[in-house]
Amino acid sequence: MELQKEMIAEHFRRLEQAPETHEPVVYTFVPGNLTELVRSFGALPLLPEINALQSGMRGMSRKYIAEAEKAGHSEDVCTYVKCDVGMIKSGNIGPTGTRLPKPDLLLLSYTGCYTFMKWFELLREEYDCPAVFLHIPYQSDGRLAPEHRQFIVDQIREKIIPALEKVTGRAYDEGKLRELLGYSRDAEDDLVAVLQTAKQRPSPIDAYFGAVYYVGPIFSAFRGTPEGAAYYRALRQEVDARVAAGQGPTTPSGRLDEQKYRLVVEGPPNWTSFHEFWQMFSDEGAVCVASTYTKVGGTYEFGFRHDPGDPIGTLADYCGGCYTNLSLPQRIDMLVNYVKDYAADGFLINSVKSCNSFSAGQLLILREVEKRTGIPGAFIESDLVDPRYFSAANIKNRLESYIQMLAARRLGGAS
Amino acid sequence: MNTRAEIVDRARALYEDLDFGSVKEWCATTGRKAVGYLPVYAPREIIHAVGMLPVGVQGGGDRLEIIRGDAFYQSYICHLPRSVVELLQSGRLDMLSGMLFPSTCDVIRNLSGMWRILRPGLYTRYCDVPQVPEAGTGAKFWRRELETLLDDLAKLAGVTPDPASLSRSNALYNEVRDVIGALYRARRDTPWKLPTEELYLILRAGEVLPPEDFIQMARDYLAVTAADDARPRDRVRVIVVGAFCEQPPLGLIKTIERAGCYIVDDDFLLGNRLLTAPVPIGGDPLTALADTFVRHAMPSSILYEHAPDGKKKLIPARVAAARADGVIFAAPSFCDPALLDRPMLRAGAEAANIPCIAFQYSENTGQFQQFREQAGTFSDSIKLWGGQA
Ligand code: SF4
Ligand code: SF4
Repeated sequence: MELQKEMIAEHFRRLEQAPETHEPVVYTFVPGNLTELVRSFGALPLLPEINALQSGMRGMSRKYIAEAEKAGHSEDVCTYVKCDVGMIKSGNIGPTGTRLPKPDLLLLSYTGCYTFMKWFELLREEYDCPAVFLHIPYQSDGRLAPEHRQFIVDQIREKIIPALEKVTGRAYDEGKLRELLGYSRDAEDDLVAVLQTAKQRPSPIDAYFGAVYYVGPIFSAFRGTPEGAAYYRALRQEVDARVAAGQGPTTPSGRLDEQKYRLVVEGPPNWTSFHEFWQMFSDEGAVCVASTYTKVGGTYEFGFRHDPGDPIGTLADYCGGCYTNLSLPQRIDMLVNYVKDYAADGFLINSVKSCNSFSAGQLLILREVEKRTGIPGAFIESDLVDPRYFSAANIKNRLESYIQMLAARRLGGAS
Repeated sequence: MNTRAEIVDRARALYEDLDFGSVKEWCATTGRKAVGYLPVYAPREIIHAVGMLPVGVQGGGDRLEIIRGDAFYQSYICHLPRSVVELLQSGRLDMLSGMLFPSTCDVIRNLSGMWRILRPGLYTRYCDVPQVPEAGTGAKFWRRELETLLDDLAKLAGVTPDPASLSRSNALYNEVRDVIGALYRARRDTPWKLPTEELYLILRAGEVLPPEDFIQMARDYLAVTAADDARPRDRVRVIVVGAFCEQPPLGLIKTIERAGCYIVDDDFLLGNRLLTAPVPIGGDPLTALADTFVRHAMPSSILYEHAPDGKKKLIPARVAAARADGVIFAAPSFCDPALLDRPMLRAGAEAANIPCIAFQYSENTGQFQQFREQAGTFSDSIKLWGGQA
């Protein structure tokens, strides 16, 4: 979508000019990001994972990863980290070709991924700037306990806000924060409406490959902005129009109106061969109707919305509820419900080598979802941004066999 | 008193018993329950305070055949969780009434959820240790977590939570850490008298024995080694860094020593000494335990380092404290905390001209030839050129 491209280009232009315009820059991660709070201080968020995935899509990650490994980073760890480290070592030119500014503040929201801590320790070695840490307790009991919520609220009040005040030279403005949270809520309403159109037949969206574009603005710098809210309003209208016309999404194989298989997907996509990977699905007439990856930056479809009435509490709720912060049983429930609610024919796990947060336990997830839905699942292995771990032939084979199995089941069921 | 051989043999037998026979026996004779914990740090005081036995589940090492565990994990995930699942699925952990999952990494975190699915009736708790250093928010959060754990475990044990009992457990585990400190100092000062293979076996015994028994065993061992008249050999002094969770096979520890190294500091079973100061006795014991963690947890790969130069300084400080000649970074394959830390730690070591080597292992590694050569060359180069070869 053109609008999204323009928004992102403009954001990176502002980032590039930040040293001259003196707009403060805050590095932070996607899950548990406090974008509204950061923006309420007039600061610009910059998200290292987004840079890494963009580097993957633009064919730069191989070189960056090699650079990081040359500098002593292990082959066995998250490639997002290595891609980012390699990018910094190669001049810190960002995904749109502009130079990225140094951070004025490293805001580590430790939400659902252990690697984040190490990543920020590594970034701190590169930049001489303050770092502030927000510990988000894990939802191991399947909920954010009241004392955990309070712990997050206390940290935001006692540490994060003072750190932002110091770096930006501005006082905390709760009125401004409320205003921005209102934009978030509006955008979230529209995003959920868009994602839920996948319940239609044909689905007007691809809720995995296509939806990573849809969640781009809200997961990165644009939650809590008027541009973000306007983007989701426009997106909703566009998708509603597709529903009215009975059209499917545009895919690498063209518009997919004739959808033979509806799939639910767990796990992040591969970014280095993103279109090739997507095309393997669309060539088979398979459309993804729900995915968990599109919830890493927030789960909204179960009712949560940012609430301007409780500005700090709502940020705590948001952080606690990101997908990577959910327990394994919650993740299984979510997949089972997706399969049922979206009337899926099958489900697939793309297990990425990089990410223990996602991948450790996925084989049990597979078995449990199979058991509870009665539908066999598929298991594919690849990586996020390391092209060495994307074996196109293997993945295609697996996917084709899986689709054949679904076809046979369908025939069996019909006989 | 027992002889050295008797002490070490007993520790070895406990280490080799993958069926946790001593724990089962303890449960049978006392009529009380046992609660397990995974690496790295679990508040064992809380388990002990309600009359239960804390049991460290440190993986299956190289003696456990993995039949079921591999079906739960992809090839690119470390070995520890698959051997732990193997122990669980083979019934070897059936005597445990609960299991604690410390927030060591995402693998152990996710395993806590798997456990709930695989053993729905068993008490399972994720111990989300505070990553923030503030004595206010951090300690308040951790105290509350400990209180929940104490209440839950008291219920499980069928007792009422009792502050006096927790104070006694705090004091007892202070003694445990004291005696471990004494063992580490003795090895540092006279490594020719305390081979790490033996020291490690004693520490492993501490993972399954009641703390009182462990303290006695460790004191006996200290006494017999102090009386030993072994003479120092021409070996280099090394510290082994990165092996805090999945434990190296005993053969690897032996190999490092046989290759001409004295191990004078390490990360093995780090949780047993993560608190570097005694928990104050008197006052509220939960607050004391929580505060001690927040103020005095040892810097390690499982905790966020808040000091900007902390990573850089850590290895030079440890090397100086242990009077070591070099560092062996030995991390389990696919171990995020250890491997992500390594470039930072190594840079700090190299900036201080400390010789380093690095390798990766699995708990079930069976071939040590390559490690022997690496460690041997390392030790020779330090002897000949101070490691600057
Ligand atoms: S380990 Fe996973 S969640 Fe964490 S930074 Fe890497 S890809 Fe993201
Ligand atoms: S060995 Fe490392 S990655 Fe594996 S469970 Fe332990 S800390 Fe986690």
